[in-house]
Amino acid sequence: MDEKLIAQIVEEVIRQLQAVQTQGGQKPTCSACEDITSPACKAVPMLKAQDPEALLRMKRKTNARIGVGKAGARLNTQTMLTLRADHAQARDAVFVDVNPQVLEDLGLFTVQTCCEDKNTYVTRPDLGRTLSKEAVKTLKEKCVMNPDVQIYAADGLSSTAIQVNLPKILPVLMDSLKAKGLKVGTPFFLRFGRVGSQEHVAETLGAKVVCVLIGERPGLATAESMSAYIAYNAYVGMPESKRTVVSNIHKDGTAAVEAGAYVADVIEMILDQKASGVELVK
Amino acid sequence: MASILSVGVDIGTSTTQVIFSRIDMENTGGYFSVPRVSIVDKQVIFKSPVYLTPLKTQVLIDGAAVRDLVAGAYRQAGYTPADVNTGAVIITGESARKENAAEVLNQLSDFAGEFVVSTAGPDLESIIAGKGSGAYQYSMDNGCTAVNLDIGGGTTNIVMFKDGETVAKGCLDIGGRLIRLEQDLTVTYISPAAQAVADALGAEIEKGRRTSYAVLERITDKMADLLLQALGAKPQEPLLTRIQTPESSWFMPDEPIHAICFSGGVADCIAQPQEGIPYGDIGAILGRSIAGSELMKRFRCISGSETIRATVVGAGTYTTSISGSTIDYADGLLPLKNIPALKLNAQEQADCFAGRDGLERQMRWFMEQSASDLIAVAMAGERDPDYATVCRTAECLAHEMDAALPQGKPLIVILEHDMAKVLGMAMRRALGERRKVICIDSIKVEQGDYVDLGRPVLDGLVIPIVVKTLLFG
Repeated sequence: MDEKLIAQIVEEVIRQLQAVQTQGGQKPTCSACEDITSPACKAVPMLKAQDPEALLRMKRKTNARIGVGKAGARLNTQTMLTLRADHAQARDAVFVDVNPQVLEDLGLFTVQTCCEDKNTYVTRPDLGRTLSKEAVKTLKEKCVMNPDVQIYAADGLSSTAIQVNLPKILPVLMDSLKAKGLKVGTPFFLRFGRVGSQEHVAETLGAKVVCVLIGERPGLATAESMSAYIAYNAYVGMPESKRTVVSNIHKDGTAAVEAGAYVADVIEMILDQKASGVELVK
Repeated sequence: MASILSVGVDIGTSTTQVIFSRIDMENTGGYFSVPRVSIVDKQVIFKSPVYLTPLKTQVLIDGAAVRDLVAGAYRQAGYTPADVNTGAVIITGESARKENAAEVLNQLSDFAGEFVVSTAGPDLESIIAGKGSGAYQYSMDNGCTAVNLDIGGGTTNIVMFKDGETVAKGCLDIGGRLIRLEQDLTVTYISPAAQAVADALGAEIEKGRRTSYAVLERITDKMADLLLQALGAKPQEPLLTRIQTPESSWFMPDEPIHAICFSGGVADCIAQPQEGIPYGDIGAILGRSIAGSELMKRFRCISGSETIRATVVGAGTYTTSISGSTIDYADGLLPLKNIPALKLNAQEQADCFAGRDGLERQMRWFMEQSASDLIAVAMAGERDPDYATVCRTAECLAHEMDAALPQGKPLIVILEHDMAKVLGMAMRRALGERRKVICIDSIKVEQGDYVDLGRPVLDGLVIPIVVKTLLFG
């Protein structure tokens, strides 16, 4: 079944469910529940607790699905639907493309890894790390060579994360790095890119520090989480331990603009210490 | 992990105490994300004996003697003022109304370490005592409302917490030393509030004359009754407003009280009733009256972790908080003390975010009002702003604050939401070299609060902060 069909079915079921509730003279539990994936709807407990206040308090502390009740041994219909809807969002985040308009607004050009499509991307991590011949050529043509810092974005496993966060973090990062007096490379967007692509990018452009802003694998809590992976003197075949990561960048984690200012400081630290990953003393 | 040493000094109506506590901070953010420093532990590591507050006369505190007591406590604890990072010296109850209160406080504040604040005010005392007594923790642990009654020598500080939030506070002139007596029951002192209670009862009591237990008990029974009224368990009579402590709020809880807790010197006399007048005042009698009153029957009474030391423990342990971990500040400016905060409301913040002017005028007015040439601008901020908004806000703040503040003063911005680092950076860019910037977040400040900013700790990640209200100008 493709994504659109699932979405249609979910929408239809919700519509029917609401129709049934209205017909039966029952009001929906709350107006927020028109969108069952909304935080407002998820905040409403679905069981009668002995201490309702306490349950609300617990629910405020986590976005895990607690206080959702059950129907016999199974989930309630609403819980089931919410799960499916969240899962659909997560899958969408992986399979959609980043809106080209967003990239254009940021003045980014696009290059591609050796993957031809999303299916290859998902099944062939090795291809998602290496740059296509064309990509190498384009980068060498369009980018400033041997920068102190090379910033680029990659869709990774969540295009949604890039679409939402990149417009916020990229300008902050570029401005802060320039304010620190660093030679910043030409930013671009890498389609079908994995974290490991940064070694290839660093080698291609001769960058001292390379930083990729990449969409993280979406979960059922958020599909918008982005990370910044940073490496000093990256080379193909370097150990994973040489990567520094700043994760959990999204509206419910660290705000993208604030993370941008922080990542700039981390990059400066990496350049000062000439080390990244576990060798970096934070 | 990093620790800071915090001192608490409380000069109360009848007792003066000193405590030291250690506040442990740690980066709990994890290796792979942006650092997040939190206070992970607070421990009281030294408690001085409970001293009687030295008085020169009825209206003058013996400042030199208080200094000696505090100095003695430092020696005993093995610390010097230089070891102390933060804390609070507070002067409470009737002591705050002595003629030289502000002066005594000042003397001590300078003595007790470079970053120790002097705060006072009946409402703040109520909150501090409630935090020190354990009522605050109880309300959080049990997710309920808890009222703390800190009954000291001169005042009863009342506070209600709901799930760790202060929801009501107030203060009444009810205390153990409002009437002082010789062993033969000759009255040596009676405070105006106690006199008012006696007059309302038609009880005859006069300074210099002998009284009887019967009369004293009528007065203390009435005091217990007034506390019951204050908690809303009985219709309130006009007398209650007459014994409201000046400058305090009217205690008005709008939710049911789940538990009450007693602290202060009189609390010990409630838990263990004592015969006679062991302290030469009505403290023990008041304790007996409360123990036998409706208060104990109408409410669930919990026992706090501190009684007579609640206020000093609260002052020394709960006044310091820390900023967010991604902040922006210029080196060498901190610590800074007693900075009045101008709080922008939602509309004013929206104006500022939209880059509209108006802040300069507001700042000039506020600086005149607070007679200070250094002020902090506080606002809630935004949860996940975009960069354009941040830049516009930064330019607006930089321009307006630069125009309003005297030459050479830094721009200080305090936010609730996590956006200080990027805003600070953008402000610096907008200002160039003209001024220094301090931009911090995760701190909630209200209009009229004063802020102390400490020396940065944990490799400069965070700044210890005390938000306070000052009663003395």
